[in-house]
Amino acid sequence: MDEVIITAEPIQMEALQRKLQPDDHASSATSRSRTEDGPENVKETGAIVSFAGYVRGSGIRAMSLEHYPGMTELSIQACIDRARRRWELHGAVVVHRVGKLLPGELIVWVGVAASHRASAFLACESIMDFLKVEVPLWKREQALNGNWHWVEAKSTDQARASRWADELNEPPAGHVNRKIQ
Amino acid sequence: MFFARLRELIDADSIELEEGVTPATVAELRSYLCAHHGGEFAETLLDVNVFCAVNKRVVAEDHALHYADEIAFFPPVTGG
Repeated sequence: MDEVIITAEPIQMEALQRKLQPDDHASSATSRSRTEDGPENVKETGAIVSFAGYVRGSGIRAMSLEHYPGMTELSIQACIDRARRRWELHGAVVVHRVGKLLPGELIVWVGVAASHRASAFLACESIMDFLKVEVPLWKREQALNGNWHWVEAKSTDQARASRWADELNEPPAGHVNRKIQ
Repeated sequence: MFFARLRELIDADSIELEEGVTPATVAELRSYLCAHHGGEFAETLLDVNVFCAVNKRVVAEDHALHYADEIAFFPPVTGG
């Protein structure tokens, strides 16, 4: 079970975590299909790792996120699928905010369930690293003087995403620069 | 379709190509848009880091375009 949510509403982290937890689904397993509502192999889930990303407040008044509806969701699922080809996951949930956000607000949450911690740690980190360089989302920040500016992409994010190429035995994540004509 | 800085520079979320304008590839469409809009928009569109997605998948410059394709240009992504 994977779930990808793009929302303009505040993210409720606890509810997301519950989607992946084994106990919650064990108690409701009699009335609900596990494959539809919970991690694929509930009893085998031994680890959940999650990442929560927040809007930093240093030097900005607000942030605004634009995205490409439809492609955003497809791209996030592609990030999850890439991790799934390498690690056996029982479920992955990714939620990303769009629209206006204030410092201290949760902007992204990534959670994965697996049998063991090693797979869960690596899968969660890789999904987040891929998301940073592949998913069509764009940040604007409002400086303390009120002016808005687009945030520039960081080469360190591309470097982090590229590290996974060997581990996954796949070409590096991210959109390769097109050739100059 | 245009996103982020490109959308602001062309001052439109999306445009439709006039009848008879049928670029064969992404590269041809890019050249056409630059010639017709010029200025800072053209400069930005030609940046090597401005990507093109056709029907919601990032494609190369030689990707062949077809009638009714949904084509998007956007700068490097900055989510997360």
